Parts: sequence; C-alpha cells; structure tokens
Amino acid sequence: MSFPWAQEYKPQGTVSKWVDERLPLPRLVYNAVGAGYPVPRNLNYFWNFGVLAGVALVIQIVTGIILAMHYYASVDGAFNSVEHIMRDVNSGWFIRYAHMNGASFFFIVVYIHIFRGLFYGSYKAPREMIWLLGVTIFLLMMATAFMGYVLPWGQMSFWGAQVITGFFSAIPLVGEPLRQWLLGGFAPDQAALNRFFSLHYLMPFVIAGVIILHVWALHIPGSSNPTGVSVKSEQDTVPFHPYYTAKDGFGLGIFLIFFVAVTFFAPNMLGHPDNYIPANPLSTPAHIVPEWYFLPFYAILKAFTVDFGIPFTGIIIIEAKLMGVLAMFGSILLLFFLPWLDTSPVRSGHYRPLFRKFFWFGLIPCIVLLTYCGGKPPYAQWVILSQIAAAYYFAHFLIILPIVSRIERPLPLPNSITEAVTGKPLETAAA
Amino acid sequence: MVRLVAFLVGLFFSGMLLLGLGDTVIKAIQEPEQPTAEHEFHETPLAVSFAHDGPFGKFDRGQLQRGLKVYSEVCAACHSLNLVAFRDFAALGYNEEQVKALAKAWKTEVPSINPETGEAATRPAIPADKIPSPFANEVAARAANNNALPPDLSLITKARADGTAYVYSLLMGYRNQAGYKNAEGKELLKEFPEAATAPGLHFNPWFANLNIAMADPIAGDDQVTYDDGTKATKQQMAKDVSAFLAWTAEPKMENRKSAGWAALGFLIIFTVLAWMSYRTIWADKKH
Repeated sequence: MSFPWAQEYKPQGTVSKWVDERLPLPRLVYNAVGAGYPVPRNLNYFWNFGVLAGVALVIQIVTGIILAMHYYASVDGAFNSVEHIMRDVNSGWFIRYAHMNGASFFFIVVYIHIFRGLFYGSYKAPREMIWLLGVTIFLLMMATAFMGYVLPWGQMSFWGAQVITGFFSAIPLVGEPLRQWLLGGFAPDQAALNRFFSLHYLMPFVIAGVIILHVWALHIPGSSNPTGVSVKSEQDTVPFHPYYTAKDGFGLGIFLIFFVAVTFFAPNMLGHPDNYIPANPLSTPAHIVPEWYFLPFYAILKAFTVDFGIPFTGIIIIEAKLMGVLAMFGSILLLFFLPWLDTSPVRSGHYRPLFRKFFWFGLIPCIVLLTYCGGKPPYAQWVILSQIAAAYYFAHFLIILPIVSRIERPLPLPNSITEAVTGKPLETAAA
Repeated sequence: MVRLVAFLVGLFFSGMLLLGLGDTVIKAIQEPEQPTAEHEFHETPLAVSFAHDGPFGKFDRGQLQRGLKVYSEVCAACHSLNLVAFRDFAALGYNEEQVKALAKAWKTEVPSINPETGEAATRPAIPADKIPSPFANEVAARAANNNALPPDLSLITKARADGTAYVYSLLMGYRNQAGYKNAEGKELLKEFPEAATAPGLHFNPWFANLNIAMADPIAGDDQVTYDDGTKATKQQMAKDVSAFLAWTAEPKMENRKSAGWAALGFLIIFTVLAWMSYRTIWADKKH
C-alpha cells in the first residue's frame, strides 16, 4: 500500500520491461527506497538512523564473513587466530577493528533510532507492528553481539559467557540442566565456542530477514514524522529518492567519519583490556563487565539485592538473583507492550508537555545513570544509584506513562505537516 | 487489562528495588565498606610520552631496537613473546641478514626433533620462527619462579589499562615498603600493618595488589649496553622496553594511523559533496 500520488515505476527500455514483467525486483526497490515511496517532507536528522542501522548491519556482515575465513573456533586456537588476523592477514587488523567497533556503532545508531521512536511516539497506531519487529531485531542483536564477544576467547569472552549463561541457572528446578544443555558442558568450552560461532554467523541473516519485515511493515502506513500528524495530501510528502537518499547520504558521511575516527585512532577505547588476555578458566578477572551497550541491563540485574518472600517466616518465593534476571529481560520485553501502555492519541513528544518532562528529566537521566553504574564495581554508592534508576525505569514505562497519557492535556497540533513547515494552511484544492 | 497487569508488575519491580535500596542504605550505614590497602595505595600510571603517541605518532626505530635489546637480555629470561616472529623484526629497521643473525644467536633454541632418531632436540631459530619461550611449559615456568607464572608479553600493553605507561610505571615503581608514603602523605604500614609484603614478593604500588612476584628486573644503570651509544639509565631502559612492547602488541599501528587519515580525508570530501547535493536537491522544498 502507498499513497495514491506515489510515482509509478515505468521501466525504460526493453530489458527493464522484460525483467519487470517476469520478476519486478527493480519495481520493488523503486517503491521501497526510490521515487515510488512518498515520505513526509519534515523529517529531521533523527530519521537518518534507520538507514544507518542498515548500513551498520552490512558492515558487520561483510567484515564478519572475511573474519570467518581466517578465524579458527577452538579453545586452543581462537585467541591466536584473532592475533593472526591482526598481524599476518593482509589488512586483517582493519577488518577486525572495523568489526569490533562496528558492533558498538551498530548499537549507537540503534539506540538513537529507538529513542527517536520513544520520543516521537513512532510505536503508536498504525505503526505497532513496526515497533514489535524493531524490538525483536534489538533482542536478536543483543544475542548476536553477546555470542560474537565470546569468539576471541579472551578473559572477558570466557567470563562473560560464564555470567550470561549463569542467568539460566537462576530458573528454579530446570535452571542448571538447562544451562548445561545450552553450553554443551558444565562451563563454557569447545562445545559452547563452536555453537556460538555457528549461531553468530547465522543470526545476522535472521536479523536481515526481520529487517525486511520491519521495512515492509513501515511501507504500509508510511513513515511517521516529528509532528506526529498524519500525511494528508501530496504537499505533505516528497519522494524518497532523490530527497531522502540525498539527506541519508549526508548523514551516512557524518556517521562514517565518527566510525572511522574511532576505528583507526582509538580502536580499543570501547573494549576491555582483559580481553587481550587469553581465556583462563582458573583465573577470574577482578571485575567482570559486559560491553558498554549491555551496561544498563547489567545494572538492572545487579540492582536486585533482596529476596521476595513472606515477611517473618523466612519463606522465599523469588530469590533476588532470579528476580534480577527476570527484571533484566523484563526491562526489554516491556517495550513490546509500549503501544498499549501509552494511550495518548498524540504521537509526538513535542505536543505532550507532561510526557516530555518525564522523558527528558526522568527516562534519559535514568538510562545514563544505569549505563554508568553498570560498569562500576558493586560498592554501596553504585548499587544505591542503580536501584533508584532501575526503580524509575520500571515505574516510567509501567506506571507513569499510562497515567500521563490519561491526565495530560496535549498542546494544539498543527492541521497538517505542510502547515507546520510553511506556516501556511494546506491548500486542499491543490491536492 | 494490559495496563492493570503492567501497573502491578511495575509496582512489584519498583517496590522490590526500593526495598533493596533501603536494605543497601542500612547495610552501608551499619557496616561501611572498609578502605583497603589496594584501594588507597594503588597508583595510577606515571605520565610518560612516546614518539608513537597521538594520531600522527610513529615508532622510533632506534628506541624499538634498544627495547628489543632490553627484552632479549633482561625480560626474555622469564617472559615469552610467542606472538612475535623473528621475521617481524624487519619492521624495527633490521635487514634480512641481521634478522637471520638475530634468530640464529637467540639464547633459547627452538624445540625440534633429531632428524636421524626422531628424538626431541632443539635447533637454532630461523626468521620464520616465533620467539622461543624461555620455559618448555607452564609447570616449568612456575617451578623456576616461586610458583608465579611470568605472563607472555606480546600483548601486555593492550591487556592492561593505559598499557604502555603501565609497563613503564611498573618497571620504575619498585619502592622500599618500610616508611612508604603515598601522595597524600599516608604511611602504608601505619594505615594497614597487615599489608606488609610477604616473603618472595616485591612491593610495587603500581601493581594491582601492591605486591608483585617479579623482582625489580632493571636493578640499575648500564644493565645492558646499547649499540647506538645511548646511555642505559634505568629510566631509558624502562622507556625503551615499554615502547618495544607497544610495538609487539600492535605492529600494524603505523599502517592503521596512515590508513585512518586517508579514510578520513576521503570521507570529509564525500560528506561535503553529499551535503552540497542535499542542499541543492532540497533548495525548492521548505522543510
């Protein structure tokens, strides 16, 4: 589906016509990211990040396939094979650093993409399905990144795998057998490394598949926009190509400048020095910390310190550890319910005075604080801050947002996108 | 229904976190965390600069050659360098003949077999060999070092925070523990009498737990004789070997930086052009 004024693909020349009649792939591309996709004219730079996330995935797949040609998934050889890539493979150091930092930049752009959605209400009707698929992609990304981090088989790889798979042992009764089944042993070892490599290679293609669904679902209602007002006429839109291909090209340049600056001049800035020590199951690092993009969730995990039970009886219903694990997964899973928790008919945060306050002064500082505390050792001051921030995180989505949607009086919305941009009302006759 | 369940779940999680908060605060007041000797007396790396620092930095070949000399005559007695091959030394400015000579003259030989009998033997190293380890295996290394394992040094400057400065600080950081005071003027053994260094260990406030199994490897000046006539002070040797280990950890650093400038230059031109085409295409559209 698209808007009735969308430009139609007209194949030029006999070959194009021949192809179009048999497999209209050029037509599909034309309608997806070409002139055949009308897009609101008022998108700001936050709308560049979807395309950037797609580019980041391509960078990861291309560099990853090359790395896999030289990498050796063995507990004895994995670490040295990565160093072989760094030292002896032609430009291997570049491929490896690009892949390692590419993961971080993938998360950076995806986090900005998610925040865009959260602030501008992109998850609301009629775009719920896009949001659900997006959260699915995020979960798949997290699993892929975790398994990828294990592959160099450094100290943090090994102990990270030990901690993360340890979450499953918090599940009552079946936990420990489940953990052993997932790992293929009592601790991360050859079996675990092999299956992580296999899955790490598979999952990006699953992600690519879900991205196709995500973009398909986007093309049903079309892109949202910073005012949140629906498209009303042709004046409100421009064709994706050349308008947004040009704007995305510029955004891509800026993104790549940042990516290249870090990859070539501070390639280890976002990593942990301990991962340059080969994995040693007999020596636990002083502080096991995940990669930076997992820190907010790690902070939530560690923030649960008391068991849930019946007071004065000593009966424990849910242990603190299990609750931490549930809350950590819950903190992401709750995003699936967001379209039904935020019931305000107004999409954009611009026109929601109360929502905006909670967003900028509640949610954003809370996530920054969780990220910061997640990387700190478990001293009381960091635990206290994580507990406050984590309590706010759950309250924000599950309690505050539904109440705000109900009691808030939104600001008046512009009548149309064109009016918001030009200050002049939409000329309905011209449409 | 969704909102009711969400409300209850939110109340539960937030409530448990606030309970935990109270618990943490009470515990923190009742049993405040005791400062530890490591926490109070562990030093951050010394300020030291190298020719290869910064986005334009290049290795100082002369310094790397001196560092190799320190490694081969001092460190190599205990520490392996098993990711580095002799052929890699060409990057330090040695020619093919010199690399061959270096390999052949290396103190430790390469494990091999007797071609006649098949029995275990050793042979002199050739350029294609990795630097041979001083010990046959971990057990041998521990047996010779009071049960401590000397780590491989190939990646040491990447495997420690602020690595090159860390190695330099560690080598310069041996102190007499009796009467040692930190920058705040606190005396270690008065504040933490139990932190006295155990026999067989050596006090070094730049090491994570203040006590390191390695004895001061560079005891004094002129422990090695530099070929280029540089005076081998303790500081000079520590600095040279740190620079050498920065090279072993990342031999491709110079390629990385020069490729980085080329990539940035290309991207800046690309981005300016992309910006201009964006402005041109959107010129007639208010947005």
